[in-house]
Amino acid sequence: MKIDRRDFLKLAGIGGVVFASGLGGWGSAARAKPPGEEDFFFVQLSDTHWGFTGPAINPDAAGTLKKAVVAVNRLKHQPDFVMFTGDLTHVTDDDNERRKRMAAVRDIISELKVKNVKFMPGEHDAGLDEAAAFKEFFGVTHYTFDHKGVKFIVLDNVSDPTSSIGATQLEWLSAQLKQLPKDARIVVFTHRPLFDLYPEWDWYTRDGAKALELLMPYQNVTVFYGHIHQENHHTTKQIAHHAAKGLMLPLPAPGSAPKNAPIPWDPAAPYKGMGFREVEAKVKPVQYALTELPVMGE
Amino acid sequence: MKHARYFSLIVVVIVVTFIAGLTWSYVSASDGEQIIKVTAKKFEYSPKEITLKKGVPVVLEFTSLDRMHGFSCPGLGIRSDIPPEKVTRLQFVPQKAGTFPFHCDVFCGTGHGGMTGTIIVTE
Repeated sequence: MKIDRRDFLKLAGIGGVVFASGLGGWGSAARAKPPGEEDFFFVQLSDTHWGFTGPAINPDAAGTLKKAVVAVNRLKHQPDFVMFTGDLTHVTDDDNERRKRMAAVRDIISELKVKNVKFMPGEHDAGLDEAAAFKEFFGVTHYTFDHKGVKFIVLDNVSDPTSSIGATQLEWLSAQLKQLPKDARIVVFTHRPLFDLYPEWDWYTRDGAKALELLMPYQNVTVFYGHIHQENHHTTKQIAHHAAKGLMLPLPAPGSAPKNAPIPWDPAAPYKGMGFREVEAKVKPVQYALTELPVMGE
Repeated sequence: MKHARYFSLIVVVIVVTFIAGLTWSYVSASDGEQIIKVTAKKFEYSPKEITLKKGVPVVLEFTSLDRMHGFSCPGLGIRSDIPPEKVTRLQFVPQKAGTFPFHCDVFCGTGHGGMTGTIIVTE
Protein backbone atom coordinates (compact mmCIF):
# COMPACT_ATOMS: atom_id res chain seq x y z
CA MET A 1 0.00 0.00 0.00
CA LYS A 2 1.49 3.30 -1.05
CA ILE A 3 0.35 6.50 0.56
CA ASP A 4 2.02 9.79 0.05
CA ARG A 5 2.42 12.64 2.51
CA ARG A 6 -0.44 14.59 0.95
CA ASP A 7 -2.81 11.70 1.52
CA PHE A 8 -1.72 11.48 5.10
CA LEU A 9 -2.32 15.16 5.72
CA LYS A 10 -5.76 14.83 4.20
CA LEU A 11 -6.40 11.93 6.51
CA ALA A 12 -5.25 13.92 9.48
CA GLY A 13 -7.42 16.86 8.54
CA ILE A 14 -10.76 15.08 8.52
CA GLY A 15 -11.39 15.92 12.10
CA GLY A 16 -10.53 12.83 14.05
CA VAL A 17 -7.89 12.44 16.67
CA VAL A 18 -4.50 11.75 15.21
CA PHE A 19 -1.71 10.42 17.34
CA ALA A 20 1.20 11.09 15.08
CA SER A 21 4.41 12.76 16.00
CA GLY A 22 6.50 11.86 13.01
CA LEU A 23 5.11 13.71 10.02
CA GLY A 24 8.65 14.36 8.90
CA GLY A 25 9.26 10.67 8.75
CA TRP A 26 6.25 9.88 6.62
CA GLY A 27 8.20 9.94 3.38
CA SER A 28 10.37 7.10 4.56
CA ALA A 29 7.32 5.29 5.91
CA ALA A 30 5.91 5.10 2.41
CA ARG A 31 8.92 3.21 1.13
CA ALA A 32 8.82 -0.54 0.95
CA LYS A 33 9.67 -2.16 4.26
CA PRO A 34 10.49 -5.72 5.20
CA PRO A 35 7.69 -7.95 6.49
CA GLY A 36 6.75 -7.05 10.03
CA GLU A 37 7.71 -3.43 9.58
CA GLU A 38 5.02 -2.35 7.15
CA ASP A 39 2.52 0.32 8.10
CA PHE A 40 -1.08 -0.59 7.43
CA PHE A 41 -4.69 0.46 7.90
CA PHE A 42 -7.66 -1.22 9.45
CA VAL A 43 -11.19 0.02 10.00
CA GLN A 44 -13.16 -0.30 13.23
CA LEU A 45 -16.95 -0.36 13.04
CA SER A 46 -18.99 -0.79 16.17
CA ASP A 47 -22.42 -1.02 17.72
CA THR A 48 -24.49 -1.36 14.59
CA HIS A 49 -27.46 -2.53 16.72
CA TRP A 50 -29.29 -4.03 13.76
CA GLY A 51 -32.96 -4.47 14.70
CA PHE A 52 -33.23 -1.30 16.76
CA THR A 53 -36.27 0.81 15.97
CA GLY A 54 -36.90 4.31 17.24
CA PRO A 55 -37.56 7.06 14.71
CA ALA A 56 -36.88 9.78 17.27
CA ILE A 57 -33.38 8.40 17.73
CA ASN A 58 -32.55 7.14 14.24
CA PRO A 59 -35.17 7.44 11.49
CA ASP A 60 -32.76 5.66 9.14
CA ALA A 61 -32.22 2.61 11.34
CA ALA A 62 -32.48 0.28 8.34
CA GLY A 63 -30.11 2.35 6.25
CA THR A 64 -27.29 3.56 8.47
CA LEU A 65 -25.16 0.41 8.39
CA LYS A 66 -25.65 0.09 4.64
CA LYS A 67 -24.42 3.65 4.18
CA ALA A 68 -21.37 2.93 6.31
CA VAL A 69 -20.58 -0.15 4.22
CA VAL A 70 -20.76 1.99 1.08
CA ALA A 71 -18.52 4.58 2.76
CA VAL A 72 -15.89 1.97 3.66
CA ASN A 73 -15.99 0.65 0.10
CA ARG A 74 -15.37 4.17 -1.16
CA LEU A 75 -12.27 4.76 0.97
CA LYS A 76 -9.42 5.72 -1.29
CA HIS A 77 -7.18 3.17 0.38
CA GLN A 78 -8.94 -0.01 1.30
CA PRO A 79 -8.05 -1.28 4.78
CA ASP A 80 -6.21 -4.54 5.35
CA PHE A 81 -9.14 -5.70 7.44
CA VAL A 82 -12.32 -4.51 9.10
CA MET A 83 -13.07 -5.15 12.76
CA PHE A 84 -16.57 -5.05 14.25
CA THR A 85 -16.31 -4.47 17.99
CA GLY A 86 -19.65 -5.87 19.07
CA ASP A 87 -23.36 -5.22 19.34
CA LEU A 88 -23.89 -6.13 15.72
CA THR A 89 -27.53 -6.67 16.63
CA HIS A 90 -29.91 -5.00 19.05
CA VAL A 91 -31.03 -7.24 21.87
CA THR A 92 -34.21 -9.28 21.55
CA ASP A 93 -35.64 -11.84 23.96
CA ASP A 94 -36.73 -13.96 20.98
CA ASP A 95 -34.07 -16.51 19.94
CA ASN A 96 -35.43 -16.77 16.40
CA GLU A 97 -35.54 -13.02 15.94
CA ARG A 98 -31.95 -12.78 17.23
CA ARG A 99 -30.84 -15.17 14.49
CA LYS A 100 -32.81 -13.26 11.86
CA ARG A 101 -31.05 -10.07 12.86
CA MET A 102 -27.65 -11.75 12.74
CA ALA A 103 -28.38 -13.16 9.30
CA ALA A 104 -29.44 -9.72 8.09
CA VAL A 105 -26.39 -7.93 9.42
CA ARG A 106 -24.10 -10.64 8.03
CA ASP A 107 -25.66 -10.17 4.59
CA ILE A 108 -25.18 -6.39 4.70
CA ILE A 109 -21.58 -6.74 5.82
CA SER A 110 -20.91 -9.20 3.00
CA GLU A 111 -21.14 -6.20 0.66
CA LEU A 112 -17.81 -4.91 1.97
CA LYS A 113 -15.10 -5.01 -0.67
CA VAL A 114 -12.63 -6.04 2.01
CA LYS A 115 -13.18 -9.70 2.73
CA ASN A 116 -10.92 -9.91 5.74
CA VAL A 117 -13.59 -9.06 8.31
CA LYS A 118 -13.27 -9.87 12.01
CA PHE A 119 -16.08 -10.05 14.53
CA MET A 120 -16.66 -10.08 18.23
CA PRO A 121 -19.90 -9.92 20.21
CA GLY A 122 -21.43 -7.24 22.38
CA GLU A 123 -23.80 -7.97 25.23
CA HIS A 124 -26.77 -7.32 22.93
CA ASP A 125 -25.56 -10.17 20.70
CA ALA A 126 -24.42 -12.60 23.34
CA GLY A 127 -25.61 -11.67 26.83
CA LEU A 128 -28.86 -13.66 26.81
CA ASP A 129 -27.67 -16.95 25.30
CA GLU A 130 -23.95 -16.97 26.17
CA ALA A 131 -23.18 -16.23 22.52
CA ALA A 132 -24.86 -19.36 21.12
CA ALA A 133 -26.44 -17.54 18.17
CA PHE A 134 -23.40 -15.34 17.61
CA LYS A 135 -21.13 -18.39 17.31
CA GLU A 136 -23.44 -19.90 14.70
CA PHE A 137 -23.08 -16.84 12.48
CA PHE A 138 -19.73 -15.28 13.29
CA GLY A 139 -17.58 -17.91 15.02
CA VAL A 140 -15.63 -17.90 18.25
CA THR A 141 -15.81 -14.95 20.62
CA HIS A 142 -12.19 -14.71 21.73
CA TYR A 143 -9.13 -15.36 19.62
CA THR A 144 -5.86 -13.92 18.38
CA PHE A 145 -4.49 -13.17 14.97
CA ASP A 146 -1.23 -11.80 13.64
CA HIS A 147 -1.00 -9.09 11.03
CA LYS A 148 2.17 -7.45 9.77
CA GLY A 149 4.01 -7.80 13.04
CA VAL A 150 1.12 -6.91 15.34
CA LYS A 151 -0.47 -9.42 17.71
CA PHE A 152 -4.21 -8.76 17.82
CA ILE A 153 -6.07 -10.18 20.82
CA VAL A 154 -9.86 -10.29 20.85
CA LEU A 155 -11.31 -10.53 24.35
CA ASP A 156 -14.91 -11.44 25.10
CA ASN A 157 -16.29 -9.52 28.07
CA VAL A 158 -19.97 -9.88 27.20
CA SER A 159 -20.96 -13.54 26.79
CA ASP A 160 -20.97 -13.81 30.56
CA PRO A 161 -23.94 -11.57 31.44
CA THR A 162 -22.13 -10.37 34.55
CA SER A 163 -19.84 -8.29 32.29
CA SER A 164 -16.89 -10.51 33.09
CA ILE A 165 -14.04 -11.98 31.10
CA GLY A 166 -13.89 -14.95 33.44
CA ALA A 167 -11.09 -17.00 34.93
CA THR A 168 -10.79 -19.42 32.00
CA GLN A 169 -10.36 -16.67 29.42
CA LEU A 170 -7.95 -14.79 31.66
CA GLU A 171 -5.81 -17.91 31.89
CA TRP A 172 -5.93 -18.16 28.10
CA LEU A 173 -4.89 -14.49 27.84
CA SER A 174 -2.01 -15.07 30.21
CA ALA A 175 -0.82 -18.04 28.13
CA GLN A 176 -1.01 -15.98 24.92
CA LEU A 177 0.95 -13.11 26.43
CA LYS A 178 3.67 -15.35 27.83
CA GLN A 179 4.64 -16.24 24.27
CA LEU A 180 5.36 -12.59 23.44
CA PRO A 181 8.39 -10.40 24.12
CA LYS A 182 7.76 -7.40 26.36
CA ASP A 183 8.14 -5.03 23.42
CA ALA A 184 5.67 -6.88 21.20
CA ARG A 185 3.14 -4.72 19.36
CA ILE A 186 -0.18 -5.72 20.89
CA VAL A 187 -3.66 -4.51 19.99
CA VAL A 188 -6.58 -5.67 22.11
CA PHE A 189 -10.18 -5.53 20.91
CA THR A 190 -12.96 -5.67 23.48
CA HIS A 191 -16.57 -4.58 23.52
CA ARG A 192 -16.75 -3.09 26.99
CA PRO A 193 -14.01 -0.87 28.40
CA LEU A 194 -11.49 -2.82 30.44
CA PHE A 195 -11.19 0.05 32.90
CA ASP A 196 -13.87 1.66 35.07
CA LEU A 197 -15.02 4.35 32.66
CA TYR A 198 -18.37 4.95 34.36
CA PRO A 199 -19.64 2.00 36.39
CA GLU A 200 -22.87 3.86 37.20
CA TRP A 201 -23.86 3.25 33.57
CA ASP A 202 -22.37 -0.22 33.44
CA TRP A 203 -19.44 1.11 31.40
CA TYR A 204 -16.79 -1.20 32.80
CA THR A 205 -15.73 -4.84 32.92
CA ARG A 206 -16.08 -6.48 36.29
CA ASP A 207 -12.72 -8.24 36.09
CA GLY A 208 -11.14 -5.86 33.58
CA ALA A 209 -8.44 -4.93 36.08
CA LYS A 210 -7.16 -8.51 35.95
CA ALA A 211 -6.76 -8.30 32.17
CA LEU A 212 -4.96 -4.98 32.48
CA GLU A 213 -2.67 -6.45 35.12
CA LEU A 214 -1.69 -9.17 32.66
CA LEU A 215 -1.15 -6.63 29.86
CA MET A 216 0.70 -4.07 31.97
CA PRO A 217 4.21 -5.58 31.65
CA TYR A 218 4.06 -5.10 27.87
CA GLN A 219 5.32 -1.82 26.47
CA ASN A 220 3.19 -1.44 23.35
CA VAL A 221 -0.43 -2.21 24.12
CA THR A 222 -3.42 -0.37 22.67
CA VAL A 223 -7.07 -1.24 23.29
CA PHE A 224 -9.91 -0.49 20.88
CA TYR A 225 -13.44 -0.98 22.14
CA GLY A 226 -17.10 -0.04 21.57
CA HIS A 227 -20.13 -0.21 23.87
CA ILE A 228 -20.35 3.50 24.73
CA HIS A 229 -21.30 4.72 21.23
CA GLN A 230 -18.92 7.66 21.20
CA GLU A 231 -15.29 8.52 20.85
CA ASN A 232 -13.36 8.33 24.09
CA HIS A 233 -9.64 8.23 24.81
CA HIS A 234 -8.07 7.16 28.06
CA THR A 235 -4.83 5.76 29.35
CA THR A 236 -4.08 3.35 32.17
CA LYS A 237 -0.34 3.90 32.62
CA GLN A 238 1.20 3.11 29.22
CA ILE A 239 -1.92 1.40 27.82
CA ALA A 240 -4.12 3.54 25.58
CA HIS A 241 -7.85 2.84 25.29
CA HIS A 242 -9.92 4.18 22.38
CA ALA A 243 -13.71 3.87 22.22
CA ALA A 244 -15.41 4.12 18.84
CA LYS A 245 -18.62 5.77 17.74
CA GLY A 246 -21.56 3.52 16.96
CA LEU A 247 -23.71 3.22 13.88
CA MET A 248 -27.21 3.40 15.32
CA LEU A 249 -27.79 5.46 18.47
CA PRO A 250 -25.41 7.99 20.03
CA LEU A 251 -25.14 8.02 23.81
CA PRO A 252 -24.28 10.93 26.12
CA ALA A 253 -20.81 11.51 27.52
CA PRO A 254 -20.11 9.59 30.73
CA GLY A 255 -22.08 11.09 33.60
CA SER A 256 -23.29 14.06 31.55
CA ALA A 257 -26.98 13.14 31.81
CA PRO A 258 -29.21 11.59 34.47
CA LYS A 259 -29.41 8.39 32.40
CA ASN A 260 -27.50 6.93 29.50
CA ALA A 261 -30.51 7.24 27.22
CA PRO A 262 -29.87 7.63 23.46
CA ILE A 263 -29.44 11.15 22.13
CA PRO A 264 -32.38 12.14 19.90
CA TRP A 265 -31.85 12.55 16.16
CA ASP A 266 -30.97 16.08 15.12
CA PRO A 267 -32.71 16.89 11.80
CA ALA A 268 -30.24 19.74 11.32
CA ALA A 269 -27.33 17.32 11.60
CA PRO A 270 -28.40 13.84 10.45
CA TYR A 271 -26.26 10.96 11.73
CA LYS A 272 -24.55 13.27 14.22
CA GLY A 273 -22.60 11.29 16.77
CA MET A 274 -22.40 8.22 14.55
CA GLY A 275 -19.56 7.03 12.39
CA PHE A 276 -16.62 4.69 12.10
CA ARG A 277 -12.89 4.81 12.50
CA GLU A 278 -9.87 4.27 10.36
CA VAL A 279 -6.70 3.24 12.16
CA GLU A 280 -3.29 3.56 10.68
CA ALA A 281 -0.81 1.28 12.41
CA LYS A 282 2.73 2.56 12.22
CA VAL A 283 5.74 0.52 13.15
CA LYS A 284 8.52 2.91 14.10
CA PRO A 285 7.72 4.40 16.44
CA VAL A 286 4.73 2.27 17.33
CA GLN A 287 1.74 4.54 16.81
CA TYR A 288 -1.90 4.33 15.89
CA ALA A 289 -3.22 7.31 13.96
CA LEU A 290 -6.98 7.45 14.36
CA THR A 291 -9.30 9.11 11.90
CA GLU A 292 -12.94 9.45 12.85
CA LEU A 293 -15.18 9.35 9.80
CA PRO A 294 -18.90 10.16 9.54
CA VAL A 295 -21.44 7.57 8.40
CA MET A 296 -21.17 8.81 4.83
CA GLY A 297 -17.39 8.59 4.91
CA GLU A 298 -14.80 10.96 3.50
CA MET B 1 -47.58 24.46 81.00
CA LYS B 2 -47.08 20.92 82.27
CA HIS B 3 -50.18 19.77 80.32
CA ALA B 4 -48.86 21.41 77.18
CA ARG B 5 -45.56 19.50 77.50
CA TYR B 6 -47.45 16.18 77.91
CA PHE B 7 -49.61 17.05 74.91
CA SER B 8 -46.52 17.71 72.78
CA LEU B 9 -45.01 14.41 73.83
CA ILE B 10 -48.19 12.55 72.93
CA VAL B 11 -48.27 14.22 69.51
CA VAL B 12 -44.66 13.24 68.85
CA VAL B 13 -45.37 9.64 69.87
CA ILE B 14 -48.42 9.51 67.58
CA VAL B 15 -46.50 10.96 64.62
CA VAL B 16 -43.57 8.59 65.09
CA THR B 17 -45.90 5.61 65.42
CA PHE B 18 -47.74 6.67 62.26
CA ILE B 19 -44.52 7.00 60.22
CA ALA B 20 -43.26 3.67 61.53
CA GLY B 21 -46.55 2.07 60.55
CA LEU B 22 -46.31 3.45 57.04
CA THR B 23 -42.83 2.11 56.49
CA TRP B 24 -43.36 -1.23 58.23
CA SER B 25 -44.58 -2.75 54.97
CA TYR B 26 -41.06 -3.02 53.67
CA VAL B 27 -38.79 -2.15 56.56
CA SER B 28 -38.34 -4.12 59.71
CA ALA B 29 -35.67 -4.02 62.36
CA SER B 30 -33.46 -6.77 63.71
CA ASP B 31 -30.73 -6.16 66.25
CA GLY B 32 -30.70 -2.49 65.33
CA GLU B 33 -30.47 -3.17 61.59
CA GLN B 34 -32.95 -1.96 59.06
CA ILE B 35 -34.13 -4.76 56.82
CA ILE B 36 -35.51 -3.65 53.49
CA LYS B 37 -37.07 -6.14 51.13
CA VAL B 38 -36.42 -5.44 47.45
CA THR B 39 -37.86 -7.42 44.56
CA ALA B 40 -36.29 -7.49 41.11
CA LYS B 41 -37.92 -8.53 37.85
CA LYS B 42 -37.61 -7.58 34.19
CA PHE B 43 -36.98 -4.62 34.16
CA GLU B 44 -37.63 -2.97 37.49
CA TYR B 45 -36.92 -2.99 41.18
CA SER B 46 -39.54 -2.52 43.85
CA PRO B 47 -39.12 -0.21 45.63
CA LYS B 48 -37.02 1.72 43.16
CA GLU B 49 -36.31 4.45 45.70
CA ILE B 50 -34.81 3.46 49.04
CA THR B 51 -34.20 5.93 51.84
CA LEU B 52 -31.54 5.14 54.45
CA LYS B 53 -29.91 6.97 57.31
CA LYS B 54 -26.20 7.58 57.40
CA GLY B 55 -24.41 5.35 59.88
CA VAL B 56 -27.38 3.05 60.46
CA PRO B 57 -26.73 -0.60 59.50
CA VAL B 58 -29.05 -1.94 56.84
CA VAL B 59 -29.74 -5.25 55.14
CA LEU B 60 -31.20 -5.27 51.65
CA GLU B 61 -33.09 -8.53 51.16
CA PHE B 62 -33.34 -9.18 47.45
CA THR B 63 -35.71 -11.58 45.73
CA SER B 64 -35.81 -12.07 41.96
CA LEU B 65 -39.24 -12.84 40.58
CA ASP B 66 -38.02 -14.18 37.25
CA ARG B 67 -34.32 -14.61 36.35
CA MET B 68 -30.81 -13.66 37.44
CA HIS B 69 -30.47 -9.93 37.99
CA GLY B 70 -27.83 -7.82 39.62
CA PHE B 71 -27.72 -4.86 41.97
CA SER B 72 -24.89 -2.39 41.74
CA CYS B 73 -24.59 0.94 43.51
CA PRO B 74 -21.09 2.20 42.66
CA GLY B 75 -21.55 5.40 44.68
CA LEU B 76 -21.84 3.37 47.86
CA GLY B 77 -19.45 0.66 46.70
CA ILE B 78 -21.95 -2.18 47.02
CA ARG B 79 -23.18 -4.86 44.63
CA SER B 80 -24.78 -8.28 44.62
CA ASP B 81 -26.06 -10.89 42.23
CA ILE B 82 -29.77 -11.56 42.62
CA PRO B 83 -30.38 -15.17 41.63
CA PRO B 84 -33.99 -16.39 41.35
CA GLU B 85 -35.72 -18.61 43.89
CA LYS B 86 -33.73 -17.50 46.91
CA VAL B 87 -33.35 -14.51 49.15
CA THR B 88 -30.04 -12.68 48.85
CA ARG B 89 -28.97 -10.46 51.75
CA LEU B 90 -26.65 -7.49 51.30
CA GLN B 91 -25.53 -5.97 54.58
CA PHE B 92 -23.82 -2.60 54.80
CA VAL B 93 -23.62 0.68 56.66
CA PRO B 94 -24.11 3.79 54.52
CA GLN B 95 -21.15 6.01 55.34
CA LYS B 96 -22.08 9.14 53.42
CA ALA B 97 -25.22 11.14 52.77
CA GLY B 98 -26.44 11.82 49.26
CA THR B 99 -28.33 10.38 46.33
CA PHE B 100 -26.83 7.28 44.76
CA PRO B 101 -28.21 5.60 41.64
CA PHE B 102 -28.24 1.83 41.39
CA HIS B 103 -28.75 -0.43 38.41
CA CYS B 104 -28.92 -4.03 37.27
CA ASP B 105 -25.43 -5.14 36.22
CA VAL B 106 -26.37 -8.58 34.95
CA PHE B 107 -27.54 -8.24 31.36
CA CYS B 108 -31.18 -9.32 31.44
CA GLY B 109 -32.84 -8.34 28.16
CA THR B 110 -34.44 -5.59 26.16
CA GLY B 111 -35.16 -3.25 29.05
CA HIS B 112 -31.93 -3.93 30.94
CA GLY B 113 -30.60 -0.41 30.53
CA GLY B 114 -33.68 1.05 32.23
CA MET B 115 -33.57 -1.23 35.27
CA THR B 116 -32.44 1.42 37.73
CA GLY B 117 -33.26 2.98 41.06
CA THR B 118 -31.96 5.37 43.69
CA ILE B 119 -30.72 5.12 47.25
CA ILE B 120 -31.11 8.30 49.26
CA VAL B 121 -28.97 8.49 52.39
CA THR B 122 -29.98 11.21 54.84
CA GLU B 123 -27.84 12.70 57.62
